Amino acid sequence: MELSVTVNGTGRVSEVEPRTLLVYYLRDELGLTGTNVGCDTSSCGACTVHVNGESVKSCTMLAVQADGQEVTTIEGLAPSSEELHPMQESFQNNHGLQCGYCTPGMVMAACSLLDENPAPTEEEVREGLEGNLCRCTGYHNIVKAVLACSGQDAS
Amino acid sequence: MIPAAFDYKKAGSSEEAVALIVEHGDEAKLLAGGHSLIPMMKLRLAVPSVLVDIAGVEDLSYIDDRGDHIAIGALTKHRSLETSDLLITECPLLAHVASKVGDPQVRHRGTLGGSLAHSDPASDLPAAVLALGASLVAEGPNGQREIAVADFFTGYFESALSDDEMLTEVRVPKAPGASWSYQKFNRRAQDWAIVGVAAVEVQGAAQIALVNMASTPLRAEAVEAALAGGASAAEAAEAAAEGTDAPTDLNASPEYRDHLARVLTKRALEASGIS
Repeated sequence: MELSVTVNGTGRVSEVEPRTLLVYYLRDELGLTGTNVGCDTSSCGACTVHVNGESVKSCTMLAVQADGQEVTTIEGLAPSSEELHPMQESFQNNHGLQCGYCTPGMVMAACSLLDENPAPTEEEVREGLEGNLCRCTGYHNIVKAVLACSGQDAS
Repeated sequence: MIPAAFDYKKAGSSEEAVALIVEHGDEAKLLAGGHSLIPMMKLRLAVPSVLVDIAGVEDLSYIDDRGDHIAIGALTKHRSLETSDLLITECPLLAHVASKVGDPQVRHRGTLGGSLAHSDPASDLPAAVLALGASLVAEGPNGQREIAVADFFTGYFESALSDDEMLTEVRVPKAPGASWSYQKFNRRAQDWAIVGVAAVEVQGAAQIALVNMASTPLRAEAVEAALAGGASAAEAAEAAAEGTDAPTDLNASPEYRDHLARVLTKRALEASGIS
């Protein structure tokens, strides 16, 4: 069926099977492979993208459910190809990644978190990222990066 | 994992949705946020041949003050429950329990009606509405009917909704200032409760519901009766496993769940001050 969706600011019209999951539409159809598939069971959060500005797990959403809506992936976060998004910069500055597999999902979840709660406590950051797993267990610096991005002292 | 193929229909109104499920019978499933249904379809535990997407039915997402109760549209998302000032004031147990469902991403998509219609005995919200004594509105081909929550959960993943009905509204009695507590025990973040206990005091009476202690959420009637008879919180909590039929799975044996029910009920009563 026909799907009409805005992805990273660009309108897209595609023919999709109803059972196509949003993450596979983004990766296979649009070539936006920054969004990773981790567990494929809505547990790990590696596939987190924004739909209408809110974090969602794109492995647990059909592409057709995004019809008429705005999707943002990690590729659409930075203001330009020359510049990182402040959250990406904060992950870099605070070494908020090890292998990097969970990073796109972590960054998307973190942006959604700060959108809803601009000055979270450390506990609120940890709670807010409970839907994202880092199997390198690098949580400490991820939390630091999110706190720093919110303008708070992360030390 | 990709779900099995299905026909996808979009309903613009509850009337249209009901007409579609009447037309397709038990082959059809309603799709709201999809956070219970899509995982089951990926695992082929559910293989509907028709999905009726109701997420676009705009007039089913609301939290309204109706005097003695709060009316909540079935498509209201967990995140909206969690952050609703009206609920936080008038029915804080429900707002709090919504904040304990899954993780933020799940709460951005999952809906109250979807969670209740799914009737998973391990879910948080069914027990909360059971403890609160809510009532549920179902719409079918012959109009609407109101179902008391005590009659709603009929079996393991089964509800009183028939194949041609959809849940449209949840009516929760107001309980401002009431004592309440929700105790959820799990071992991993974002997980279902191994056992959960929702307790609220309504007009001086303790109403307590248990999560994951039987094939449906259920009221801890023995505890409620003990409290009404003047037992202390610690004494009453000892009765928490009475009348239950705790399941066994990788997380816990029935005996362990019985133990958790007693401990969590005691914590819920002590934390809330319900007596």
